[in-house]
Amino acid sequence: MTAQTLFEKVWDTHVVSARDDGPSLIYIDLHLVHEVTSPQAFAGLEAAGRRVRRPDLTMATVDHGVPTTNRALGIIDPLSRRQIDALIDNCKRHGITLYGIDDPRQGIVHVVGPEQGLTQPGMTIVCGDSHTSTHGAFGALAFGIGTSEVEHVLATQTLSQTKPGTMSVTVIGALGRGVSAKDVVLGIINTIGVNGGSGHVIEYRGSVIENLSMEGRMTICNMSIEGGARAGMIAPDDTTFAYVDGRPFAPKGVEWEEALDEWRSLPSHPDATFDREVQIDGSSLAPHITWGTNPGQSVSVEGSVPDPSSFADPTERQSAEHALVYMDLEPGTDIVDIPLDRVFFGSCTNARIEDLRAGAAIVAGRTVHHRIDAMVVPGSSLVKLQAEQEGLDRIFIDAGFEWRDAGCSMCLAMNPDILAPGERCASTSNRNFEGRQGRGGRTHLVSPEMAAAAAIAGHFVDVRTWT
Amino acid sequence: MRPVNTVIGIAAPLPRAAIDTDQIVPKQFLKRIERDGYGPFLFYDWAHDVEGELDPDFVLNRAEYENAKVLIAGPSFGCGSSREHATWALQDRGFDAVIAPSFGDIFRNNAYNVGLLPIELDQTEIDRLVTVADGAGTVSVDLESQTVTAGDEVFAFQIDEHVKHNLLNGVDRISETLESVDAIDTYEGRRPHHRPTLND
Repeated sequence: MTAQTLFEKVWDTHVVSARDDGPSLIYIDLHLVHEVTSPQAFAGLEAAGRRVRRPDLTMATVDHGVPTTNRALGIIDPLSRRQIDALIDNCKRHGITLYGIDDPRQGIVHVVGPEQGLTQPGMTIVCGDSHTSTHGAFGALAFGIGTSEVEHVLATQTLSQTKPGTMSVTVIGALGRGVSAKDVVLGIINTIGVNGGSGHVIEYRGSVIENLSMEGRMTICNMSIEGGARAGMIAPDDTTFAYVDGRPFAPKGVEWEEALDEWRSLPSHPDATFDREVQIDGSSLAPHITWGTNPGQSVSVEGSVPDPSSFADPTERQSAEHALVYMDLEPGTDIVDIPLDRVFFGSCTNARIEDLRAGAAIVAGRTVHHRIDAMVVPGSSLVKLQAEQEGLDRIFIDAGFEWRDAGCSMCLAMNPDILAPGERCASTSNRNFEGRQGRGGRTHLVSPEMAAAAAIAGHFVDVRTWT
Repeated sequence: MRPVNTVIGIAAPLPRAAIDTDQIVPKQFLKRIERDGYGPFLFYDWAHDVEGELDPDFVLNRAEYENAKVLIAGPSFGCGSSREHATWALQDRGFDAVIAPSFGDIFRNNAYNVGLLPIELDQTEIDRLVTVADGAGTVSVDLESQTVTAGDEVFAFQIDEHVKHNLLNGVDRISETLESVDAIDTYEGRRPHHRPTLND
């Protein structure tokens, strides 16, 4: 056997049947379901007279369309209510576990899986959501799928997939103070481009990655799709095992020992090679801020809005021209001088407890700038509860942030949390696409620390100098 | 899924790079639980002004592209969100093929699954194709021979043999997989016991 990568090991152990001329059938260990991309899949399943093969390997929650305030009033938007009711009904009919809007375990599906211990090394995990790549932080092969594939997994617990290529992104050195996992992944995407990982599964490795917490690793894997890769993975290690240990669905007793034996065998063989290899110096990374309308269009906090003519590639130049018009930015403007209207602290990228702690440390004892409307939307109801037990809610509320209930919220603005046209927002989320946070809204992606500091200052500031 | 082979029709150019699925179908239209009727929402924010009126300057609103069947786009078409609604909207609006230098990986799979052809050509070939098809000329996409024809110019494209077979024959992917149900049963028999289940 050749020296295998982490991805190749997980892939090989999940092949149900291989084809020489095309896609292989791979087994899915965990299927995560939410209200937006599943109703048509359940309808298709039932129209064909099929049942859910493994409801015990399927977990559902509500996140995209749920309101983050006044939940006692119910869901006012009739379309969102109908969509969530459809999920409740489908889960009931097919015996699927649902963490509904009133369940203490409800939250963004990619926060809930790891939090419950459902996400474990060596698994295959899919969900009708592109940020399923988050779970790769545990050394799982996890990727987003479309609704037809959701139906396929419901019916068969397998997926027919062409084996992707392998790619390594090695981040060497050590991160400086005030530089976070978000800055690492924005830096990676800036380097490889939004199409750089296309057709590949990325393995993130190197000293910077090894020294990150699970929360930080999840932030990095989460944005793999923003670099074009359906999945990103990180080798499981003692940090991973310590995170999983003791969670509700973690293996116990003898099974824990068996699991550890498997998990310790997963990291890429030292002699394994990748189809593509990229190296980045983490020591040279600064906090990053996006200026454009794709996540690759970012600069260091010390930088300025680029001149589109500075891009040699005609496609990149044209993209930059479009982006600056949409973002209403002038080339040469120092990035820290851009005034903001809103700050969104949330999403499956950066709304776990560690993110909230980092933000709270920045805002403690300070006041949100008078022009800024700022909100914190915890990634799950359990993250919210834990933050409240730690007193983080008081820190944010005293500073002038709104303290909301858990959900996807203004990351994609399917619920009432939405930017007005022309509003400019510092956001800890993952996509700065046109209209993503509301038509005409202007999104700048940043780390939790940078978002928190921007809320206080009213514009971007370099958190490395924050005292 | 119905079989797909030849798409012959007007080609509409939308030569922007990295057209993400948020642009193809904005989020406010993802609250529906139906699978059809997404055509009016295609590229909604580009096709409509803030009052919701059609913008006559948007390329797909021009009369000559009203019946377009082929969309010619820039690289990384369909990147971003996994929403299959993007493919449903393109089909509902009458598109049966999209030609671009590259596609988002999830979008490409979704397109195969619904019978929308994602055709990859080099940028130079696409530039040539747009020139030849200028003025709402007809483009012909033939899956069997893996060619795109415009005027008397022919461009070849690659596609996975198995995917091609499924598209040409309208194979139902779930039925195909369920033919291997014994293999799935066997696999389940040898799964490690420590994998989590929800019904503990």
